[in-house]
Amino acid sequence: MNIKTFHRKKIVVVFAVCALAMTGLIGRLGYLMLEKSEYYSQKAQSLHERERDIKAARGKILDCNGKVLADNRTVCTISVIHSQIEEPERVIEVLAAELGISEEKIRKSVEKNSSIERIKTNVDKETGDRIREYDLAGVKVDEDYKRYYPYGSLASKVLGFTGSDNQGIVGLEVQYEEILKGTDGQILTMTDARGVELPDEGEGRKEPIPGKNLVLSIDVNLQEYAEQAAYRALEQKQADSVSVILMRPKTGEILAMVNVPEFDLNDPFTISGSTDGMMEQEILDARNQMWRNGCINDTYEPGSTFKIITASAALEEGVVTTADTFQCPGFKIVDDRRIRCHKTTGHGTETFVQGVMNSCNPVFIEVGLRLGVDNFYKYFEQFGLLEKTGIDLPGEAATIMHKKENMGQVELATVSFGQSFQITPIQLAATVSSLINGGHRVTPHFGVEIREDDGTLLGTFSYGEGRQIVSAEVSETMRMILEKVVSEGGGKKAYIEGYHIGGKTATSETLPRSANQYISSFLGFAPAEDPQVLGLCIINHPQGVYYGGTICAPVMRDIFENILPYLGIEEEETQNDSGL
Amino acid sequence: MSRTSGRPDPVLMILVLFLTAFGLVTLYSTGSYNGEVRFGDAFYYVKKQFFAAALGLLAMYLIGRMDYHIFEKYAAAGYVLSLVLSGLVLLVGDSYNGSKRWLSIGPLSFQPSEFAKLAVILFLARMVSRQKKKRNSFFNLILVVGMVLPIVALVGTNNLSTAVIILGIAVIVVFVSDRRYMQFVWMGAAGVGFLAVFLGMESYRLERLAIWKNPEAYEKGYQTIQGLYAIGSGGLFGKGLGESIQKLGFVPEAQNDMIFSIICEELGYVGASLLVLIFLILIWRFMVIAVHAADLFGALIAAGAMGHIAIQVILNIAVVTNTIPNTGITLPFISYGGTSVLFLLSEMGIVLSVSRCQTGKKYI
Repeated sequence: MNIKTFHRKKIVVVFAVCALAMTGLIGRLGYLMLEKSEYYSQKAQSLHERERDIKAARGKILDCNGKVLADNRTVCTISVIHSQIEEPERVIEVLAAELGISEEKIRKSVEKNSSIERIKTNVDKETGDRIREYDLAGVKVDEDYKRYYPYGSLASKVLGFTGSDNQGIVGLEVQYEEILKGTDGQILTMTDARGVELPDEGEGRKEPIPGKNLVLSIDVNLQEYAEQAAYRALEQKQADSVSVILMRPKTGEILAMVNVPEFDLNDPFTISGSTDGMMEQEILDARNQMWRNGCINDTYEPGSTFKIITASAALEEGVVTTADTFQCPGFKIVDDRRIRCHKTTGHGTETFVQGVMNSCNPVFIEVGLRLGVDNFYKYFEQFGLLEKTGIDLPGEAATIMHKKENMGQVELATVSFGQSFQITPIQLAATVSSLINGGHRVTPHFGVEIREDDGTLLGTFSYGEGRQIVSAEVSETMRMILEKVVSEGGGKKAYIEGYHIGGKTATSETLPRSANQYISSFLGFAPAEDPQVLGLCIINHPQGVYYGGTICAPVMRDIFENILPYLGIEEEETQNDSGL
Repeated sequence: MSRTSGRPDPVLMILVLFLTAFGLVTLYSTGSYNGEVRFGDAFYYVKKQFFAAALGLLAMYLIGRMDYHIFEKYAAAGYVLSLVLSGLVLLVGDSYNGSKRWLSIGPLSFQPSEFAKLAVILFLARMVSRQKKKRNSFFNLILVVGMVLPIVALVGTNNLSTAVIILGIAVIVVFVSDRRYMQFVWMGAAGVGFLAVFLGMESYRLERLAIWKNPEAYEKGYQTIQGLYAIGSGGLFGKGLGESIQKLGFVPEAQNDMIFSIICEELGYVGASLLVLIFLILIWRFMVIAVHAADLFGALIAAGAMGHIAIQVILNIAVVTNTIPNTGITLPFISYGGTSVLFLLSEMGIVLSVSRCQTGKKYI
């Protein structure tokens, strides 16, 4: 049969249909390769890329002399890459043996079809090196940093520690997280479908930026000495805890903050004592208790040390002068209440200064009543007692105080000598610092500077010029009165020959009163004329003698005796009265 | 009608040689990774393909010099042979990737379905061109299509895609040979209806449709998605020859059905479009040869070859670009497959032979 015209037409029709289809496909390709190119390229890119983090070294924490309080140690992270494993059984066996993890657990990770599975972090470098030497395909050993605290438990409740990902958990480590943590780097590699890295594809590398070093006002030498003194007192008095704060009253810089018993920063999760029979929640609570910084996180009734504040307010308001005389029969009646003095037989006739030296409650009740609720509250607020101090540690507790409208004469009377309300130790130390430093409010703090590893200064923390809370004259008067407390009054056990030391003792009963438990404290500063250092020592629940003047003043005396020369505060020529 | 016994069509020859060479280069680029990983030899696939292509070029040269009317005599025998071989593969065939498609003779393996395509083209061309009289045309249609049903059924048992291609070739040959159009419209409608019922019958076929619509949501859509990643990664100019990342195990069997996606990734939209254009010119050449053929037998051979190449190119690219649901169809001259290249080149030889005997008249 011969070819006819319709055959030819139909051949052209077939071609035309095919040409149309192919043109359509070119259009489709244009859509996929131009319009959707970005979308698919991104998807493909993320499929090809393997990102591995390079951990940034965390910044160090240094004391004021540059001694390292928190450092980094190299540790390893062990991971497996499913697609690269050649001998799964051997991998499981080796990792189980080296890491002390059960084979089932490792098997789960090894057999999981994911790009990378982390087996264990914080493996010490020696174990990591050993695993690396097995040269197992699909097992990755990445170096990493772990926090290390060279001084162990020193200032544990201040420094705090970091978690498994090197993030700050408590203390300064969390407060200054942003400065310390740095920025992790990344290694970007291209891999084939089995996860094998492609050598030709340029390895993208983002260098990690190490964290910055934090310089504290803490002085390791002072901290160590204060801690030893606190431990001695803890032991001698069989107390629950002992706290010591040493700070510079003019700037608010904290030189030492001790809360014994401290805990081991290199092993922060282990609770001292047996955990047998403890529920999960109980263990968590015990840990939180162990990590608590009593100076900041807990409030207490300050007792007689608070009389410094009442006295300052009264002098500032002019309701009392140093020469005013008072009568103490051993008690004072306010409304229908008879409030006792600690000396039940009474102090008899005394001046205001003597009242402070004697820590006489009726004197302060009288002074408090002269101030009245309104004025008292005004000064309470003016001195900064209603606010937090703003210390650079997390979890500062707020003052627990009567509401102004609920404050009657009885409440006013008890507050005047430091009872029926609660403040934190750091609040007391900061407020008294402010009252004796010439009258300007200071913000207690640890952070001083940010520096690089080579010592380059990157920044200095500023805590602002504090407001004047009391006149310079009243401040001077207070220093004079408080020096007399130590040289002649209730704080004489803190007296050091050759030094002018100001201070005030306190003893308060803790709640519930029926338990007959006490908190004893002593607050001192030196030199009295021009205070360079202020110390507060608190013994919580001492056994036996519990008077602050008897048990806390000697602790502070011991500390001052050792640290004053170290701080460059010279002993003065003692005026020997005998003159011989 | 004047016959010019001249030289084979030079454009077709150049296009075929170019596609064969391009295919080998692309196959090396695409298959070297899988060859290295599986056989420790980056040249594994390209070596085998090169051998088959050399054999195919020799066959093309020899057949091209022959008078294609020789095949009129052997067309029926060739068809019967393809039936036998396709039957044999069901009994003693080798499986690869779960499909029984290969016959092995010593170290050589052979895919009868590739031979069947060529045999069907020759067989139908002969049967249709030899029909003395025009009978009831609808009956005629059924008869001709009915003649290829045995091979469609045999091949379709293991290789549905190739069976569809064979059926497609048959429909095109019949379409060209018949004067009317409407019947084919009805046939097309009936075909679509049949397909719908066929797909609806088995849930796994419906699943294929669901994957097509949203390949990212299904695990079985993996191949499609990886192909799309490769295509999209190409952009306008591509990453450059040999620079594909998707071929590194991401696109499964990149050297086979999905090879076009790697071409897109490496050569970009420009390169991929040019390749489609080259195929289009090739098909246009078939059309020119068919239209100018000296007799109907030659015209139908060229038309059949046109249908064959066009169907495979269009379906392959449509699958790779997820324009239609996934089915395994290779890209002629380029996808890995020795039998395919050998018989494609032989087929080109026959078309070249047809091109030597052209009417002198200008139809286009």
